[in-house]
Amino acid sequence: MKGFRYLEGVATLELDPALCIGCGRCLEVCPHQVFEMEGERARLADRDACMECGACALNCPVAALKVDAGVGCATGLINEWFRERNLRGFGGGGCCG
Amino acid sequence: MRWLSVGGVRVPRVSSTFSNHDRLGAWKARWGINRMNYLVPAGLYAVGEPGPDAPVIVTANYKMTYDLVRRELAGRSVWLLVLETFGINVWCAAGKGTFGTDELVRRIGKSALLKVVSHRRLILPILGGPGVSAHEVKRRTGFSIAYATLRASDLPEYLDNGEVTTAAMRQLTFNWYERLVLIPVEMVLVLKPVSLVGAAVYLAALLLGGGSAAATALGAYLGAVCTGIAVAPLLLPVLPGKSFAVKGAFAGLAFSAALFGLAGGAGWSLPVTLASFLALPAVSAFYTLNFTGCTTYTSRSGVRKEMRLGIPVMGSALVAALVLVLAGRLF
Repeated sequence: MKGFRYLEGVATLELDPALCIGCGRCLEVCPHQVFEMEGERARLADRDACMECGACALNCPVAALKVDAGVGCATGLINEWFRERNLRGFGGGGCCG
Repeated sequence: MRWLSVGGVRVPRVSSTFSNHDRLGAWKARWGINRMNYLVPAGLYAVGEPGPDAPVIVTANYKMTYDLVRRELAGRSVWLLVLETFGINVWCAAGKGTFGTDELVRRIGKSALLKVVSHRRLILPILGGPGVSAHEVKRRTGFSIAYATLRASDLPEYLDNGEVTTAAMRQLTFNWYERLVLIPVEMVLVLKPVSLVGAAVYLAALLLGGGSAAATALGAYLGAVCTGIAVAPLLLPVLPGKSFAVKGAFAGLAFSAALFGLAGGAGWSLPVTLASFLALPAVSAFYTLNFTGCTTYTSRSGVRKEMRLGIPVMGSALVAALVLVLAGRLF
């Protein structure tokens, strides 16, 4: 995204080029131009721009993409942490509902 | 409510006017008033006088989203398929899965879309992608999906240029106004914890240093919170670093320095001065880190890393500040 870069070397996105059929769906759904076509196949052009939304993996018809997608805000992660430890009611509400 | 009958199906027509009532509703939602209950019924709607060939645009049932989309589509003839996202916007609902494959398939069936339109093509917002699997929808319903634009405001151009997505329509932005409108609800959401902590800070300072110190301490705390929630997000691109916690800490340091200058810091004891420069940036850093939830470019792994590294540092800074103030009082 123009003018904004987040931490480098953390994104969990992986593309298995052997499985890719070159449909271009990942280029269509990615809001951060992480992919580009190289001949008949997609390629990770800018992995550090990935925000792990999971749209590419969900829309890849041959499951060539993997990413640990999920809520990416601090409140969400704190709530998740509490939930995992069965401490409901601590983290509070917040986030987008 | 006016209705349109197509293929034996009665479809409600969307009002093309955008009233002050809608504006007030959006403003209230921005301030967290009735926000979780600001929705329209899910289902198929007609914009203008659409026929069987008219495009079908899919959106969420958060009323602010629905209003944005119908405003952009005013004067056209299209179908609007509104999914049940329980009053949540497309991006967040896609993340939760309510703007998702199952709901889309269900809504196509319930709205009898197959009878209403002759084509088999749906137009979805790009930010709905994390919830919808296009090939799965195609397999289950026969409808193919085009992820059209990020913003509703690009829909008219998309429809006018033969339903082709340009590079600009895929380019996310996060300008100062887009950040500004997110801040009110962030403040409202933290009102309760901030009031509780603020009261504790006030009482503690009252016991340790008297009324004037208590007022300064409370003001300092609230200022650090506002710096983290409002100032740092507004200054986001100019603050140093990529980490939100670091950006927040820098903003908090600047606030601490301003407070020192304006609130008579020259008269503070050394432990109190040090404590303020430790605790206030930690508070700001925490709230700026939380703003990652409002952006569309921070990754879960990144936020997790920031928290793993940042929360212990923030906690240590707060403990150190407390120890300094207590030690300064005792010795």
